Amino acid sequence: MPADTTDTTDTTDTTDSTDSTVGTAKAAAALSDVAREPGATKPDAILVADGIRRQFGGLTAVDVGHLEVQRGVITALIGPNGAGKTTFFNLLTGFDRPDAGSWTFNGRSLDGIAAYKVARLGMVRTFQLTKVLSKLTVIENMRLAATGQRGESFLSALLPMRWRGQERANTERADSLLGRFTLDAKREDFAGSLSGGQRKLLEMARALMVEPELVMLDEPMAGVNPALKQSLLGHVKTLRDEGRTVLFVEHDMDMVRDISDWVVVMAQGQIVAEGPPDNVMANQVVIDAYLGAHHDSDISVEAEEQRLAAERNRGADQKETPR
Amino acid sequence: MNWDQILEFSLRSALGSDAIVYAMAAIGLNVHFGYTGLLNFGQAGFMAVGGYGLAATVTTFGLSFWIAIPIGILAAIVFALLLGAPTLRLRADYLAIVTIAAAEIIRIVVGSVSLQEWFGGRDGLQEFNDSFTAINPYSSSVDLVVFTLRPNDAWVFTVGWISVALACLLVWALMRSPWGRVLKSIREDEEAVRSLGKNVYSYKMQALVLGGVFGGIAGFLVALDQAAINPENFSTDVTFFAYTVLILGGAARVLGPVVGAIMFWFLISLLGNFFTQATAGPEPLISPAIMDGTQASLVRFIAAGLGLVLLIIFRPQGIFGDKREIALDAR
Repeated sequence: MPADTTDTTDTTDTTDSTDSTVGTAKAAAALSDVAREPGATKPDAILVADGIRRQFGGLTAVDVGHLEVQRGVITALIGPNGAGKTTFFNLLTGFDRPDAGSWTFNGRSLDGIAAYKVARLGMVRTFQLTKVLSKLTVIENMRLAATGQRGESFLSALLPMRWRGQERANTERADSLLGRFTLDAKREDFAGSLSGGQRKLLEMARALMVEPELVMLDEPMAGVNPALKQSLLGHVKTLRDEGRTVLFVEHDMDMVRDISDWVVVMAQGQIVAEGPPDNVMANQVVIDAYLGAHHDSDISVEAEEQRLAAERNRGADQKETPR
Repeated sequence: MNWDQILEFSLRSALGSDAIVYAMAAIGLNVHFGYTGLLNFGQAGFMAVGGYGLAATVTTFGLSFWIAIPIGILAAIVFALLLGAPTLRLRADYLAIVTIAAAEIIRIVVGSVSLQEWFGGRDGLQEFNDSFTAINPYSSSVDLVVFTLRPNDAWVFTVGWISVALACLLVWALMRSPWGRVLKSIREDEEAVRSLGKNVYSYKMQALVLGGVFGGIAGFLVALDQAAINPENFSTDVTFFAYTVLILGGAARVLGPVVGAIMFWFLISLLGNFFTQATAGPEPLISPAIMDGTQASLVRFIAAGLGLVLLIIFRPQGIFGDKREIALDAR
């Protein structure tokens, strides 16, 4: 894991980057005995999903047999477009309901639990298209995310002495997070005036105000310039080194290779492979999922027929293995 | 052309009961639309529920005026819960559809012949505010320099502006608190708010109820001002005038509805009186070939519509608003 990547943009990270190599090593040690196969059992799973299925009409968008997410490591969820990654995210966080399946967070079933309660339990997500609150200032965005605010109930809201102190404490915490995410200069700006990358940073910082155990990032690098990407990478590693668990969806393979401790690959709604990044990227099933099984063969009528026949056989095999 | 009279009428409208009622209704819409982003197109329905709740309790059921006030408020709360329960989990446009329909249902039901013994049909209800006029401290007319108010009008004027001031104070206190911050955040993006652990549905419901209660109080003021109430006080255009008032003054601003109501009624009344005078008399200023007396009274509404369109295009933030902060953006 190259330690210099975090140094280029964030000078304060010099100590962190050595920490993060330690963190990476620790995570690798924790996962060393885990089988490199879909649905592998983890020694200390924070999130366990079983038989999650979601259909949109005739299309099965998600059909995950079994998935465990190890506590305290960075897990990447990758897969080609339309693989069902974001839908799976939505299902896990209560933003959508599966047609079948059960899943637990810290041993607690989340079936039928509303999205806001899932967040309060310590499982906070961000969105693929950033959702900053444009017409609120950056600091107000941050303050909003603090949990257990007394001033958020109607009657207490009318009595400032009930919430002033808490508000001050929240603001201090928000300011230190803004400092860490280099947004302190934008404190009083409307969030709508931020650039795409800054919005990603704000969304991540805001999610941390909830003090989550599990942070779920939906494409944190989409539309972010390379320089900012490096600092975002550093931030994600810091999350793990603070003891949080990170599950993220990403298309950027360099990033996945760089920061993830474990990679889960989805294709056509199913989990087709799992393992450490280098192992997974060399996996033939993964290459097939991204490029098509016959990306380097000729196309003729006979070859196509053979290919389809082979596909049918293979498809039947594959369906059996993950279950 | 009698400019003194035009000015007097316009100021009376701008500071009198018209402005008071619309300021109160628009304060409610401000909580709904300005702060929370809820598209309530049925504010007239909330006003009708409040106003009829008050009037029917006294006239039809013979209870005390002082019991009728909380009953009217309760009716507005129940109405809000009924409208909100099925629609607030859905997209914003469904609330708009349901509220506009519900307001019409209320208006038609209270005006119906079969319920005449309860709501008085098209004639509405009268004789419910004796307790209110009994405690009127004004015994003679009040001279406010440009216009004078009869004792009863002065009493409604006093109570009305005090209620508007208290409503503004309440909105101010709520919107600077974390509670208000959640509402404003819901206006921006409710999924984001949900992802941060807030019960969005509950907050939308609270906002709908609060704004609906302000609507109900506006209904009280209509009833008290006229000492009577009838279904035509609560037609759909009431809601749209209240929206115009809100947008003119500036949505999501505490005093926006108040300033908007004063300006709206001043301008409407000024135009109305001007055209009425300009088309009246044996030798009118505007030739009858262009406009006659009956048309003159309608021109002001054409002007109001035009004004609203221009306002949304050129100054969507209204008089007070901050352009970067406004939810309306036509361009």
